[in-house]
Amino acid sequence: MTHPTSVINVSHAGKKFGAKSVLEDITLEVQPGETFGLLGPSGSGKTTLVKLLSGIDEASSGEIHVFGTLMPKLSMLNRIGYMAQSDALYTELSALENLQFFAAIYGLNGSRRRQRIAEVMELVALSDHLHKRVDQYSGGMKRRLSLAITLLHEPSLLILDEPTVGIDPLLRKSIWDELKILNTKGTTIVMTTHVMDEAEKCHRLGMIRDGQLLAVDTPEALIQNAGKNSIEEAFIYYGGGQS
Amino acid sequence: MRIWAIILRILQQFRRDKRTLALMFIAPIFVLTLMNIVFNGSQYEPKLGSINTPDVMNERFEKLGATVLKYETREEAEAALDDRKIDALVQSSEGLLQVKIEGSEPSVNKAVLLLMQKVGEGLQSDVASPNLSITYLHGSEDMTSIDQLGPILIGFFIFFFVFLIAGVSFLRERTTGTLERLLSTPLKRWEIVLGYTGGFGLFTILQALLISWYSIKVLGILMTGSFLFVLLLTLLMSMTALTLGTLVSAFANNELQMIQFIPLIIVPQFFLSGMFPLETLPDWLRGFGVIMPLTYGAHALTNVMIRGKGWEAIASDVYVLIGFSLLFILLNILALRKHRKI
Repeated sequence: MTHPTSVINVSHAGKKFGAKSVLEDITLEVQPGETFGLLGPSGSGKTTLVKLLSGIDEASSGEIHVFGTLMPKLSMLNRIGYMAQSDALYTELSALENLQFFAAIYGLNGSRRRQRIAEVMELVALSDHLHKRVDQYSGGMKRRLSLAITLLHEPSLLILDEPTVGIDPLLRKSIWDELKILNTKGTTIVMTTHVMDEAEKCHRLGMIRDGQLLAVDTPEALIQNAGKNSIEEAFIYYGGGQS
Repeated sequence: MRIWAIILRILQQFRRDKRTLALMFIAPIFVLTLMNIVFNGSQYEPKLGSINTPDVMNERFEKLGATVLKYETREEAEAALDDRKIDALVQSSEGLLQVKIEGSEPSVNKAVLLLMQKVGEGLQSDVASPNLSITYLHGSEDMTSIDQLGPILIGFFIFFFVFLIAGVSFLRERTTGTLERLLSTPLKRWEIVLGYTGGFGLFTILQALLISWYSIKVLGILMTGSFLFVLLLTLLMSMTALTLGTLVSAFANNELQMIQFIPLIIVPQFFLSGMFPLETLPDWLRGFGVIMPLTYGAHALTNVMIRGKGWEAIASDVYVLIGFSLLFILLNILALRKHRKI
């Protein structure tokens, strides 16, 4: 059943919290080097799904394979970079200290650690603010630092939960440029978003609502098949609100 | 080593967070100093209102430390008593000494009664009575309340502050999302718990050292045993508080809910720790003492500081405290399962 080359293989996965079903019968595959977007309103189950993919949570039913390994599996976490909605930084510490801490957790030492820290800070354009305390950072800077930490250990799968929330358009573009560069290097990216124009930049999109995957395809195909003009209209169409 | 990375990070955070540092080091010292002054106050000397008592008697009262005010009539004295200008009025009539005590403060009542007792002894001194010789097995005649309460209070304040700080900072790890980030790395759950215990543990060593040294050397609280045992016990108390604090923080959603655990977990321990005589309590209430870490800590500290006992007397308490810490560490690792199954 598992496609040999797919990075992520979700097969009939469901998640329940108590009696409440948050995800139902999700089946999807993500291929190497693609940017896969999960588009849906808040409360649709996006975050729950990415937590299942990143191995933090466990599916109640069905199976999830990442790199061909059944999740959750502790050893796989080294190959995954997960960035949550919250910035998850130690604000009393400097950016460098945050980076050093997480680098140590991922087992990066010595010159390799220094090199990676310099590289990721360069990537998110924060090199000049390396020694600043995080509580002096702006919201956008925190988001970028959070991304930098996620990239530290060069994960081959990046899972980003609303990565560009609260970031101005200019910066959002530069983050997208960075993600595209990572894509070309072979990094697979799964991200959630509720911003429609952002969704269009993904190679493929999964539309999710009320815990159900409504449709999966390229943005263009989704629009075309629905006979609509925009992702937003297509989303309403697939969501059953044909009008 | 990943545990070491966590320890190092916690130490860095402490260094930056001056307020928390102050709460851990200065607050217990401040409170202990205050307690020392309050409990160490010299004995209360009562004010008496005397009506027609012979001067010999009044002199005797004054010699024993009391202040004597003279009144002409009973009414005047009664009014002064009601105004609390005097603590008791004394009237002698037909060889009988009548004493009326204001009565709203037990400690003042006792001081008056003690005074009367001493005066009585003095009056009977010419009568042949058996000579009384009193010696003390532990402590001494000069022992004050702070000497008795000191060991318990040291244990209590260490427990209280470490519980609160460890609990809140582990809680913050959860509310700021850094715990989730840690759990998205290959860190094992036990590594997180041991890292926390280690980082805070290093700090609590310093705290235990400072509080023990200050109480004994600066405040001069009665200390007859080994300083090393006191250190060991305070350290174990803080380890227990640390592991319990991080554990209950799993059941709080914010800082306020963490504070709500204080009346549930901290205050009952205070009352059952031996501060107050337990013999008069109902059995079911005393039974709770068995599950409270402070009971063991206070018991052992009292044994060392007041009774000067050695290892045999505190060994069982030490084992129980180590047991508590290990149990809480284990439960912590289990509680993290709520956030990541593996």
